[in-house]
This record gives sequence, structure tokens and C-alpha cells, in this order.
Amino acid sequence: MAVGRAQRGVIEDSFLRASLLDFAWLSASTAGRNQTLMTDKIITSSNISRRTALKTLGAGAGALALAGTMPGMIGCANASDEPIKIGFQVHRTGIGAAYGRWYDRTTEAVVKRINSEGGINGRPIEIIAEDDGTDPKRGAEVVEKFANKHNCDIAFGTLFSHVVYGSAPRAGELAIPYFVVSEGHHVASGKLNRYTLQPGITDVKSQVEAMAPFIAENLGKKVTMIFPDFAFGHDHRDYFSAAFEAQGGQILEKIAIPPTETSFSKYFPKIPRDTEVIYHVMVGPAVLTFVKELGEFFGPSRPEIFGFIDSLEAVDLASPGLEFLEGTYFWEGNPRYAQAEQSEFDKVYREAVGVDENGASVSDAKDVSTYAHMFGCWETLYVVKAGMEAANYQGPKDRQKLIEAVEAMTDMPHSFEHPQGAKVFNGKTHQTFGHQYISKVTEGKLMLAHTTSIEDTLYEDEVDYTKMSF
Amino acid sequence: MSSLADSSAGLHKPLLSQGIRSILLHVLIVVLLFLLYFALPVYHSGNLARILVLAVFAMGYNVLFGYTGLLSLGHALFFASGMYGFGLAIQFLDVLPGAAIFIGLLSAVAVSVVVGVLALRTTGVAFMIVTLMFAQAGYLTVLLFGEYTRGDEGFNIHRSDRVLFGFDLSQATNRYFCALILFAICLFLIAWLVHSRFGKTLVAIRENEERARMLGYDIQRHKLIAVIISGTLSGAAGVAYALLFGYAGASFAAVQYSILPLLYVLLGGAGTTIGPLIGTVFMFYLIDLSSDFASAYLSSEFASAYMLIAGIVLILLTMFAPQGFAGLLRSKYKWLP
Repeated sequence: MAVGRAQRGVIEDSFLRASLLDFAWLSASTAGRNQTLMTDKIITSSNISRRTALKTLGAGAGALALAGTMPGMIGCANASDEPIKIGFQVHRTGIGAAYGRWYDRTTEAVVKRINSEGGINGRPIEIIAEDDGTDPKRGAEVVEKFANKHNCDIAFGTLFSHVVYGSAPRAGELAIPYFVVSEGHHVASGKLNRYTLQPGITDVKSQVEAMAPFIAENLGKKVTMIFPDFAFGHDHRDYFSAAFEAQGGQILEKIAIPPTETSFSKYFPKIPRDTEVIYHVMVGPAVLTFVKELGEFFGPSRPEIFGFIDSLEAVDLASPGLEFLEGTYFWEGNPRYAQAEQSEFDKVYREAVGVDENGASVSDAKDVSTYAHMFGCWETLYVVKAGMEAANYQGPKDRQKLIEAVEAMTDMPHSFEHPQGAKVFNGKTHQTFGHQYISKVTEGKLMLAHTTSIEDTLYEDEVDYTKMSF
Repeated sequence: MSSLADSSAGLHKPLLSQGIRSILLHVLIVVLLFLLYFALPVYHSGNLARILVLAVFAMGYNVLFGYTGLLSLGHALFFASGMYGFGLAIQFLDVLPGAAIFIGLLSAVAVSVVVGVLALRTTGVAFMIVTLMFAQAGYLTVLLFGEYTRGDEGFNIHRSDRVLFGFDLSQATNRYFCALILFAICLFLIAWLVHSRFGKTLVAIRENEERARMLGYDIQRHKLIAVIISGTLSGAAGVAYALLFGYAGASFAAVQYSILPLLYVLLGGAGTTIGPLIGTVFMFYLIDLSSDFASAYLSSEFASAYMLIAGIVLILLTMFAPQGFAGLLRSKYKWLP
């Protein structure tokens, strides 16, 4: 959960001719096509027909090599009479599968909504989903597939940081815009390239830094941090420590838990006695054990506890062992439980993605969503729509114009397009900034206790991608 | 009778000796791979560049498993040694890519020597477990030094650091031919190796270690050299991956990257020079095509079932072609190396 450069190769004359032709065609055919957009037929999860797949499988690898040897076979056709193809890099298998399942549903819902509203520049969106196995090597292969096989206009949707890092170089080299929904600091840190953007979800640095004032003012000044001993945990350790000390707080101990650990009791004696707040960001399948053992260690008298909901995304708070969390606080990217003052935007969004008031699937109360993160898919695709329309995007030749259009964005008001809340996009760092939510576990539910301002989440720019060449 | 027998023998005498056939086969493979770049659509030629790098990994594994009979579950360590040796040198030593490649290879050699010396004190299942433990220790080391390695996230190697002898290896053509050159060098090296006295000794050790020892061969020395060659080739693949695809990350040090080369070699044919390439191509497209198949037939909720398709195919192959594809071919064409 955590994520730049490229090349300019557009022949201006041919681009101009193509744009004029496309414009004339668009004017003549928009009305008729919009009727088509109203149907669900065009909302597909893949552009591969069964016949094609069967043919391909049947023919085998050798025939496959020969089958596609005709030059230009996968070249760009007249883009304006085709759907906007969006390659969706989804974690269907591997450690990110729970997130992937809900990213998939959210993407399906937002595409259905955008298409019903007329699509992008009058063209429908077609999602081409590919599993990346939550693996950086496969992630890079999937991006290549989007660009070179499916001729997608953009790639989108990646959550886990290592997959973003593994895929971003190929996106840059293939000059395909890569819209990640990762919450990693990789994009804003300047470590990636101009083709990689994160306009739909805030990054971990801004999230963590925005928590420090609330914790210092409301929970305590002496904190012990417990975090997984890998990059995600290190981001929390470094960014929170600095922000909290700036608030006059003190980090008493930083307890790193090896990623292979399955029992945590031996780490708890390291927690200093004068700890006022425990800050935890444990993730993975052992998190339930972590909470249970933490409860057994402290018993009824515990310090204040603050955690990141990443620990419990897709996990039912009513799970045995989690009773100990009653009265503790969590960061949430978007409140899982429908709040008393729920916005009309969240209401529509929640219904569209099939999530009930408790944050679970409307068809299965046990299937808890990843509500704190999945809104990023919804908002990112609306940013893509706005960017393509601002750039008058016609096809892959306009990819650089699309990136420049997104870079020019700033304010994104709280709306149906941005149901999580208002955002401010920083075109230089390719990163969006927005409100963060802090909820308290009350009678087994997460109830909103505090909403940060966007200003609380801002930090100095670390890169200016707009100065990098394509 | 005598003349009839001579005549009969003459009928079965091959036109070309085994050695010549072997050379021609390997040259033909390299020429074919050269031509495929121009014939294949860009998607498949891009895949082939990656496949060639992974095939080098598998070829390295094959030296130890296929020819020496030592089953390692720790080759991710060698791959990662090359990858991180190269990547960290670029990141922190401010050296040119050529020097970083050398450091990457040196890292793989050094790690191979250490692992070889220690792990070869065991045999059989114990060797497998010890190599697995070494690889796991390597993986955790990458995570432990996350400040430098960026742990599980890994880091990118920028395009400016991927220019070798004036060739920008982030460009598709340069990348492909760099991968092909590496593959060709490794293929010819192994083809020569298995026909050499040393290679035949490795096979003798694989077939009957006690007999080889009785004949006076220094088994430990031969095994150690095999581990070093195997580890260095795997490390070269790690260097190439980071150089050509611009990424180094801890997932390449994880156990699945120790299983993959075993799978490539088993599918392609252990103890054959062309098996690793065949196995890598097959495994890559098995995943890729079964994913396409599932996307076409199944709803998004069940699209991950493509792994089941791949699993069933692998089980069937193991049942009906235990020798791998090249092994099947060799049962008909005995001269195949």
C-alpha cells in the first residue's frame, strides 16, 4: 500500500488530422452512441471473447507466436469509435486478495455509473481486469499486457506498494498513464516517474502526520509504537515519530515485529510502564492473534490504544477476541459504518458498491468490505474521466495530454465523484490530499470521533514531476 | 553375413555426429530466438525478453538439479544476490552499470561459495532443507536492512542507470537482445559444460555417487563447483532482471522464487540443455493464457480460478510426462543433450 519518467513521440501533424476527424465523427454520432451507453452490455470485465480465448488456448504457444505476427495487428485502430479501455491491475490472488475483491466491485460499480452518465467524452469505459497475484513481477507483466496486447488507454487500480514499484518502471517505459490506488508515499516521494499518479487516495505520510495532533491532544503524550518490520511499518515509524515529536510528544519505544511472527506475547514486556498510548499498525492474518494477546497482556487496565484500520480491513469487528478493542481509536480512510451525519454522497456510493450500513456486503453480512481504501477506485476513475474530458482525449496518442490535464487539477469538492470527502490535488507531486477520519470503537462499531482538516495532511513537496520529460 | 551386417550398421549410422547435432541445435535455437523478435507482436517479444532472463535462472538451477542431482530449495537467494548486488551498487556506490553488474555477479559467486561450503556438508533431504533455510535467512536479511533495501517494497533502478555501452536497456529492442546475448552465452556454456569431462563427472555423481567416488573423483569438489556455477548463473539472471526491468525487491528472495526454477526445469526436462527454456515458456504462457481463459468465461468473482486451471494442467503433466517436454523428446531423439 504504498509508489518517475518517459518519452514524447507524437507526430504533431498526424495528431492534428486525427483530432479533427475524430471531432467531426463525434459530433455526428454522439446522440446515438449515448443510447448504447445506457445499457450494461458494454460494462465488461474483459475484452477477450470466449472464441478468442478458446482459439488461443487450443492453438498453443507455437501457434500463438505465429497468430499474431502480422505487423500492426495490435496497433491503434481509430480510437474514437471504440470504448476507453482501462487496464485494471487487480489483486485477485496473493496477500492482497481481500482488498482486490472489493476494488473489483467498486470499479465495476463506478464504471456502471460513469457509463450510465454518458461515459467519457461520449465513449463507454471498458475495464480489462488482470490478476497480478499481488506480485511485482506479474504486476509488470500485466502492465505490459495492458499496453501491448489490449492496447489499453491507461492502467489503473494497484494497491500494494511492491507491485506499484515493480510495475511503474514498465508503465513509464511503455508511456502508459498508471493511476495507482495504493496510499503509499512512493508517488509523492519522487521515486517513480511522470506516468505514475495517485489522484484518488491520500498517501501514508499525510495520513500518519495528520494523526499526531489528535493523539497528542486527546490520548497522551507518551507513545509506544508497534509495527510490522517492513517498509509499510517503517513508514509509520518514521513519519509518525517526527510528526508526534513536533507536537511535543515522546516516542518511548518502537517495537518492530518480524513479518513471519505468529505470536506476539514476548514483545509486550518491552512496552514501557509509563506508556500512555499504544500506536499499532499490524497487518496480515496474525492480526487477530495480536489483538487477542494484547488484551490478555493488559487485562482490564490498558493505556489508550490507537491503530490503523489497515489491520482490520475486511475483518468483522465482532470477531472473537476483538472485544478488547472496545473504546480504542482507529484511523479510517473512509468510515466503515454509516454515521448519523452520513453525507448524501456516501449514501449513494455505499449503495452503488453494495455495502450495508455496517460496512459489509448487502448480500453477505460476513463479507466485510475494505471501506477505508476502496473509495480510491471510485474517485480515481472520476479523476480519469475529468482529465480525459479536459484533454479531449481521443486515444493513446493523447496520453501525455491526459497527464498534463490531471497535473493541472487542484480542488476536488466533496461530491458524488468524491464521496470520501473534498480533496486537493498536487500536480507537482502527483498526489492527492484529503480529510482523514478517526473513529472510536463504541459498542462494537466504529463511530466517527474526529475529522482532520486537509491542511493537517499537507507536507513539503519532495518532487516536481511536471519538470520531468515524458 | 558380414557384409550384410556392415550394410545394416551403415543404414543406422547418423549423418552427423552427436556433437555436431548438439551444436547445430543450440545455434538454431539462438537464431530462431533472434528472428522471433522481428516476427512476434510486441507483446510476445516483450514476454520473451523476460522469459529468456528467467530461463537463465532455470538453466542455473538445472546445473545443480538436472546434472548433479542436488535438489535445492534456495535458489532465490542466488537470484536475489545478483539482483541486490547490482541494485545496491547502483543506489549507494555511485558506480557505472558495468561495474554494478560485476559487483552483482561477485555477490552471487560469494554467496554460492558460502552456501556451497556449508550446505554440502549435508545430503538429500537435509541439503534441500538447509538451502531453504539459507534462502529464508537471505529474505529476512533483505527485510532487516530495509533502510537500504526498502524491504518488501523494493526500489526502482532508473533509466539513466540502465545504459550499458551506450545502449539504453529500457528500450524494447536493446532489452531483448541483451537478454538474448545473456541467454546464448549461458546456453553455449552449459552445452559445452555437459559435454566436458567435468560435466560428465557431474552426471556420474548424479547417477551413482558412490561409484564415482570409488573411481577416484573428488565428489565434494565437483559438487561445490556445481553449486558455484549454478548460483552464479542464477545470480546473473537476477542482475539481468534488475538491469532490464528496473526493479529490485524482496519478493524475488522469497521462497516462491526458489520453487519457480524447479518447476521450470521439471516441466521442461531436467538434465537437458533446452528443457529450462521450454519449461519457462510453458509456465509463463500457462499462467497468462489460463488467466485470459478465466477472464473470458468466469465472472470477476471467480476469475482467480485460473490458478486452478494451471494447477490441473501441472498435475496432468506430472502424471503423463514426468520427464518433462525435453525428456519426452529425448526418449525419441537420443542424441538430445
